[in-house]
Amino acid sequence: MRPLTPRRITAICGLLLVVLFGVAVIALRMGAYPISLQDIVMTLFREAIGRRDDIPLEFWQVVFGLRLPRIALGIMVGAALATAGAGFQALLRNPLAEPYVLGVSSGAALGAMLSLMVAPHIVGVIQAGAFVGAAATTATVYFLGRRGGQLHSATLLLAGIISASFLSAAIMFLGTTLSGRDQRGMAFWLMGDLASPPSFHLGWLFLVLLITIGSIYTTSSDLNLILTGEQEARHLGVNVNRVKLVVYIAASLLTGLAVSVGGAIGYVGLLVPHAMRMLFGTDYRLLIPTSAIGGAIIIVVADTLARTVVAPTELPVGAMTALAGAPVFIYLMRRRVR
Amino acid sequence: MSASAGNGATVAQRPMPFRADSGLRLKVEQASYAYAATDRSAPKFTLGPATFEAQQRELVAILGPNASGKSTLLKLLAGVLKPLSGRIEVDGKEVGELDLRVRAQRIALVQQESELLFPLRVWEYVLQGRYPYGRRLRFESEEDCLLAGNALAQVGADGLRDRWMDRLSGGEKQRVILARALAQQPALLLLDEPTQHLDIGGKVELLRRLRRLADENRYTVIVVTHELNLAAEFSDRVVLLHKGKSLRTGTPAEVYERDLLEEVFEAPLEVEMRTSGRPRVILRGSH
Repeated sequence: MRPLTPRRITAICGLLLVVLFGVAVIALRMGAYPISLQDIVMTLFREAIGRRDDIPLEFWQVVFGLRLPRIALGIMVGAALATAGAGFQALLRNPLAEPYVLGVSSGAALGAMLSLMVAPHIVGVIQAGAFVGAAATTATVYFLGRRGGQLHSATLLLAGIISASFLSAAIMFLGTTLSGRDQRGMAFWLMGDLASPPSFHLGWLFLVLLITIGSIYTTSSDLNLILTGEQEARHLGVNVNRVKLVVYIAASLLTGLAVSVGGAIGYVGLLVPHAMRMLFGTDYRLLIPTSAIGGAIIIVVADTLARTVVAPTELPVGAMTALAGAPVFIYLMRRRVR
Repeated sequence: MSASAGNGATVAQRPMPFRADSGLRLKVEQASYAYAATDRSAPKFTLGPATFEAQQRELVAILGPNASGKSTLLKLLAGVLKPLSGRIEVDGKEVGELDLRVRAQRIALVQQESELLFPLRVWEYVLQGRYPYGRRLRFESEEDCLLAGNALAQVGADGLRDRWMDRLSGGEKQRVILARALAQQPALLLLDEPTQHLDIGGKVELLRRLRRLADENRYTVIVVTHELNLAAEFSDRVVLLHKGKSLRTGTPAEVYERDLLEEVFEAPLEVEMRTSGRPRVILRGSH
């Protein structure tokens, strides 16, 4: 009997943070303008000690003007989507639940587009619209996925697929009001685009994500019990309705924020929590932080590949995650059916 | 079955006197309930007022045919359902007014296990029983591990601790579920048809174990069951339900009357009184 301890969580998360740092440094190095690892380290070091004047201008522009904000955005989007996926899997008691598969990402995208059309000049309106869209889609899929008062796994997934298809059609319909160039931009954004940072400081996004992921983390002991059955969790003293409300709001907010700044990137919420379960076990007290860091790693890697594999052409990051995620989804579905 | 069945056998062989003076644990006063499809529609099922008491160290069997209201009564005792009328008290406190965690420290309900979403080891499952004893976000202490280990040992499942839950047999799983309930250190242990998927050896072993747990740990054990003879053999008190009505409450000898059982179970039955003072039910014409 070796129960989970805070020390073990810290050690594993520390290890993953080292991997994330390494991946981020490699991502900083790769791209159309090559910079050596030594130059990257020197640039970062000089900036850290306040000697910006010693950094060559082109290095500073590439590292701090282009690549670092994109990597930072990728880290936040990946953490948000992976945590939301882990949250949805517990909330809906379905291992295949994920923002993209459930149509929640499409709901967030539609919400973001509508809010942008109604009030384009208000700061944060896209994020608010995306959150409302994500929350409304989650609620709809939840109620459509019930049969005889119980959540039904296959019905829930079908409800998600139908919702995603309906919302995508609505997005396409709205897209017809845009110019040809904007339509192409929209299509790219819908598959995931980290090239355009949001208009507000990324620090705000980081703060909101930290609080939201933290709020899901406070329910992780409860989620462990809910995963063994809602009734059983109630008998063990879990306030199931309160926990579900917290996870519902937090997972919808994470999806809304991620989609509003990075587009509808699919399968991260499926791939990452399952990979972390295979590596470190199913305990949500460890799964939430490792999924957040793992999601960040996956997106940084996927985005680096997206902008380098067919350079100078850039692929949407969602195309890379779908290439890896769709086979995993099929594998998990077939294993579950058996 | 395992070696622990042998241990249980020695316990079951000694005579088991009826106990009624070791402290009141459960008091059910005119508790009733009604199920309805909607708030305004007529009730689909009604459980009429039930009244009975249970002491510490007592094993009470709730008996009755299908759809007699056994599980509904158990859910009322567990606090899952709120009685339409009447009161249910555990150690002098009304169950419905207990905080969720406090309730889980006093009452453990063992039901058929629901499907696990992700694989879990036996010790992880049993440690969940310690959840009511800490803050919401909690890490298990050494004491929690010790108590979970003791719970596994009490049900003879010590050797299963590192096994995966989904790889256990029906009997092994039943013992592990019971161990999680014991890890809650409850005063009142409720079991909903725990013998349902067990063979006859498993049924006897489980009832012996429950009898021993009640005796040694001062638990009050309430078991919902169809098993007339096992209930007669191991219980101190029986509550007989039929079509939502509590027909009779008392010792097995008081409740087991041929006419009454034949009416309730709609079968030709014979009741024999054994020298131990416990009745035995046999199908008439079967010997």
